[in-house]
Amino acid sequence: MREITNIHTRQILRDRVVQLLVYAAVLLISMVFIWILADLVRGGIAHLSWEFLMESPRDAGRTGGIASILVSTLLILLTALLTAVPVAWTTAILLVEFVPADSPFGKTVRFSLHVLAGVPSIVFGLFGNAFFCIYLGLGFSILSGGLTLACMLLPILTSTAEAGLRAVPHAYRTSASALGLTRTAALVHLILPAAAPVLAAGLLLGIGRALAETAALLFTSGYVERMPDSLLDSGRALALHIFDLSMNVPGGDMPAYASALVLVGLLLCINTLAMKFAYGLQHRKIMT
Amino acid sequence: MNANQYADKPDAFTLGPLEEGSACCDPQPVIQVRNLSLLYDGKTALDKVTLDIYKGCITALIGPSGCGKTSFLSAINRLTDLIPGCRVTGEILVNNRDIHHPDMHVQSLRRQVGMVFQKPTPFPLSIRRNLSLPLNEHGITNKTEVAAIIGQVLRDVGLWDEVHDRLDASALSLSGGQQQRLCIARALALEPQILLMDEPCSALDPLASGVVEDLICRLRGRYTIVIVTHNLAQARRIANYAAFFWVSGRAGQLIEFGRCQHIFESPSHELTAAYVNGVRG
Repeated sequence: MREITNIHTRQILRDRVVQLLVYAAVLLISMVFIWILADLVRGGIAHLSWEFLMESPRDAGRTGGIASILVSTLLILLTALLTAVPVAWTTAILLVEFVPADSPFGKTVRFSLHVLAGVPSIVFGLFGNAFFCIYLGLGFSILSGGLTLACMLLPILTSTAEAGLRAVPHAYRTSASALGLTRTAALVHLILPAAAPVLAAGLLLGIGRALAETAALLFTSGYVERMPDSLLDSGRALALHIFDLSMNVPGGDMPAYASALVLVGLLLCINTLAMKFAYGLQHRKIMT
Repeated sequence: MNANQYADKPDAFTLGPLEEGSACCDPQPVIQVRNLSLLYDGKTALDKVTLDIYKGCITALIGPSGCGKTSFLSAINRLTDLIPGCRVTGEILVNNRDIHHPDMHVQSLRRQVGMVFQKPTPFPLSIRRNLSLPLNEHGITNKTEVAAIIGQVLRDVGLWDEVHDRLDASALSLSGGQQQRLCIARALALEPQILLMDEPCSALDPLASGVVEDLICRLRGRYTIVIVTHNLAQARRIANYAAFFWVSGRAGQLIEFGRCQHIFESPSHELTAAYVNGVRG
């Protein structure tokens, strides 16, 4: 009897320890995020103002704001997404819906995406510089930067979309076929709406990656801080601006903090919006 | 067991229990299967099945798991096309037309031959949209017409009273039995001639299972039904014909086919006798 009680006590104890470890890990992760956010708010909030967002940088960014930087960042982001998303998502659709999972073609594509995902961003930057800026003659421009970013985003967008499409129950496809629906009809009406939240999540990851990218843009979209006139103009991305202010501009700490705060705030906003959007899309599909 | 227990099946198409009396309809084959073999990655799953399915009747496919009943069923509406590495040989005629003929339009074949699966598979859409989506895709887009068909099929499956005031609610909010009846309604909406059912009651609780079984009986005569079931009592209650499959080696084979009563009460093959009496399988 005593032995049984002992075993019991030990089991309960083990349970508690595991629980404690799990909570500690969660706390640790949250702490890192909270610490970064708190540090950014502490250092940047004083410098942050409406003027900071609306004015172009002056004196290498020590004074003035980040309006032109924001515009350049958004243009680069848009270029990258508009190029990468259609290619990535159609590739994912092809891999999941039209090619057998273990076909040599599928394997080759997946392998190249894995390799591509592991390539350091500086290599993408050099490739983009050689290919888009020099070979295609686009020069240091928002277009070059956006296209380079698009190459970088392909693996993450494709693999998340593929995972999302694969997670859609196979029964939807079989029942749709049994009802005489074509593959396209099943895809448009059932599979894509069901996968929408995962597609949106992948998009978010991509946007996050793109907004935070520095090295790949250094050699492609360039360094110029003034307001861009067109996509062929050079433009400085926000992450690059933060890098430059903190590394190359003495006395640039305050605007660097404020810019970082803006970047993180932007990420949070986009995150929330995309989640809402994905939820709304799914909800609407259910209701109609 | 009293042999007359099943003699009072409710409608005129009952062939099974009337072994001794005159048949109430002229058995007219609507599906003719000739030498059908099915291979998965070169391994035979179903070996040379030859069988006629009669119009307006319920044909039950019985036998142990893995004997190829479901494969047989999916070959009839060419759902086997979707399985990588699956090869079908032999001939299947539906209404005297070879379903593997290049002129055969697979979408229209599947419209003619509806299918209901073991697990209810409503789409994550509203009840209304579950029914209207296939109709729209088959070119029926007139709203009044679609609404009329939806009302009709929901009444046919006995769901109308339960859901008519919440057609825009998600189909996933229905209970398992209701979902299965919705799936049957969805198949019926396309006005098929033939209905393939792959263990339609096995994922349901006994009560819901009874409701679906009654529904299947009501569909007899209007539709030709081929049903896979592991529930021998159910096969005996509802079917006019029964086909007994067995695994020999690793391939499924059709051992015996005949009127339901014959299969259950005086089977010609000793395997059938052992299976229906619960000695084997």
